[in-house]
Amino acid sequence: MNLIELFINDYTLRIVALGSALLGMVSGVVGSFAVLKKQGLLGDAVSHAALPGIAIMFILLQTKSTEMFMLGALIAGLLATGLIVAIEKNTHIKTDSAMALVLSVFFGFGLVLLTYIQKIPNANQAGLDKFIFGQASTLLRKDIYTIMIIGAVLLFVIVLFWKEFKLVTFDSDYADSLGISSKKVSLLISSMIVISIIIGLQTVGVILMSAMLVAPGVAARQWTDKLSVMVVLAGIFGAISGVVGTVISSSIQKMPTGPSIVIIISLIVIGSIIFSPNRGLLLRAIRERNYRKNINEDNVLINLYELAMNHKDPFHSHQIGAIKPIKTAGGKNTKYLENVLLKLQEKGFVKRDYFDEWAMTQEGIVYVEKHPMRKEMQYDSTN
Amino acid sequence: MTKSNNYVVEVEDMTVAYNVKPVLWDIDLKVPKGVLMAIVGPNGAGKSTMLKAMLDLIKPISGSVLFNGQSYYKQRKRIGFVPQRGSVDWDFPTTVLDVVLMGRYGHVGWIKRTTAKDKSYAMDALKKVSMEDFAKRQISQLSGGQQQRVFIARALVQDADIYFMDEPFQGVDAKTERAVIEILKELRTLGKTVLVVHHDLQTVKEYFDYVTLLNTQLIASGPVEEVFTEENLRKAYRSTGKILKG
Repeated sequence: MNLIELFINDYTLRIVALGSALLGMVSGVVGSFAVLKKQGLLGDAVSHAALPGIAIMFILLQTKSTEMFMLGALIAGLLATGLIVAIEKNTHIKTDSAMALVLSVFFGFGLVLLTYIQKIPNANQAGLDKFIFGQASTLLRKDIYTIMIIGAVLLFVIVLFWKEFKLVTFDSDYADSLGISSKKVSLLISSMIVISIIIGLQTVGVILMSAMLVAPGVAARQWTDKLSVMVVLAGIFGAISGVVGTVISSSIQKMPTGPSIVIIISLIVIGSIIFSPNRGLLLRAIRERNYRKNINEDNVLINLYELAMNHKDPFHSHQIGAIKPIKTAGGKNTKYLENVLLKLQEKGFVKRDYFDEWAMTQEGIVYVEKHPMRKEMQYDSTN
Repeated sequence: MTKSNNYVVEVEDMTVAYNVKPVLWDIDLKVPKGVLMAIVGPNGAGKSTMLKAMLDLIKPISGSVLFNGQSYYKQRKRIGFVPQRGSVDWDFPTTVLDVVLMGRYGHVGWIKRTTAKDKSYAMDALKKVSMEDFAKRQISQLSGGQQQRVFIARALVQDADIYFMDEPFQGVDAKTERAVIEILKELRTLGKTVLVVHHDLQTVKEYFDYVTLLNTQLIASGPVEEVFTEENLRKAYRSTGKILKG
């Protein structure tokens, strides 16, 4: 209850939460394309690389200015991306290694610069380290307007180029053959990814920003097979984790915003991976178990039929000892087989005859005769 | 120059290399209108590379390609393309109809949306490949043969004159293979030209009337009965290393 009270009474918190919600939404929407293009790691490289950009801006200007920091982050981010592409093109180093290399070199350099800055006698330096893990409470109203405007532009661009984004993400060679340049569209998508990272740095921080980009898309993909629904859902997941994470971080002293937002979105991701209807692990396990059970029952039923047909009479009954050699998942276990037979009796496919003998019912015979496995056996015998 | 009109595709002096290693060497190729042409050669002969280089998806080091005597960019709307089935992620969140509609994007142009008319083209194409019942289906649920038919339908809605197909028979069931070859023959009847990267030497004579044998260099190209000889095949399937150093 405390959190909600805090939220209602605190005007600053409401503004900050709004900013984080917008940010989560934009990065979720843009990030969906990064997920589908399998470019999640690029976001990580760009966000880590932003740190030295911010630090250098501060050293040059000796003052804190969100706009100039964003510019510095943008330049450093683009430089890092260019470097990754150049390394990949001109050496035998693979993309993932190139990314890891550039990411750590830039981030390490950024940390060195931050340490240097902290030794300069300048009162303004305080709070610069907030960029590492993010602190939403440092957002000013002006910053939130900036996020709003940039976010609106990004969303508009996605709606405008929806068809092109979909095509290039799915099949870039084919896009080129149609005259829709995959290079141009990919550049646009990558730029949008970089911009979403830049506007999120202050809130979420350089280390965890890539999670905001990738996690909502990953969670959303679990729930739908439609690109439009996935993108909208990713936006919603991002917004929810933005708001909740910010409120939590504001209510706990010295709790940075980035980690608390990431914990919320991680919970959403884990929940989605487990509980989503088609791709979820839980329902899939249940489906598989039922399927195995059905296959097992069908197997017993078909074998019982074959056994009876040895006597030229599908209704011919057998003692459990005679059925026992049938292979089931339970091995040659009488108790297990009896359970399977009881299940089949519940379904009305078999019945327990006199002297504990088991026989097929009319329904069971019809079921077996239509069974695809039984049909295969018949084809096999004719071949 | 006047004879140029007889050929829908003309490749001249085309050389392609991946990091200094030549994949295609000095290819000269002329394809007459209305043929069903197989491009055959051993693995690594550069068959797919040649297709992609002709479509400007790979930049050749040298050489030129003309379509109906004009550059690729001027003729692009008349060229249909079926990429290799394995080149895309079939778990992408979209439907069969949506993928086929992509074939209309070139005609629709940037930013603009597809219309009901585009949709009816797409449904017609799906009918041609007997996939109309799958229009609303998720592409992740398709079998290999069905995926291939969706790709063919997508190329059909491009309403092109020249079709390029990269291994359309790779890993498909017999039913799909027959369906695809029927469509290819129908395209030829309509006066269209179809270039197919093909793997199965057994079916070349049955399916195609024109053939290009490739092994980094062009070994031979022409009507199947003239070119598809044992001698040419032996030349084509000899190891690449002997023809070019390294």
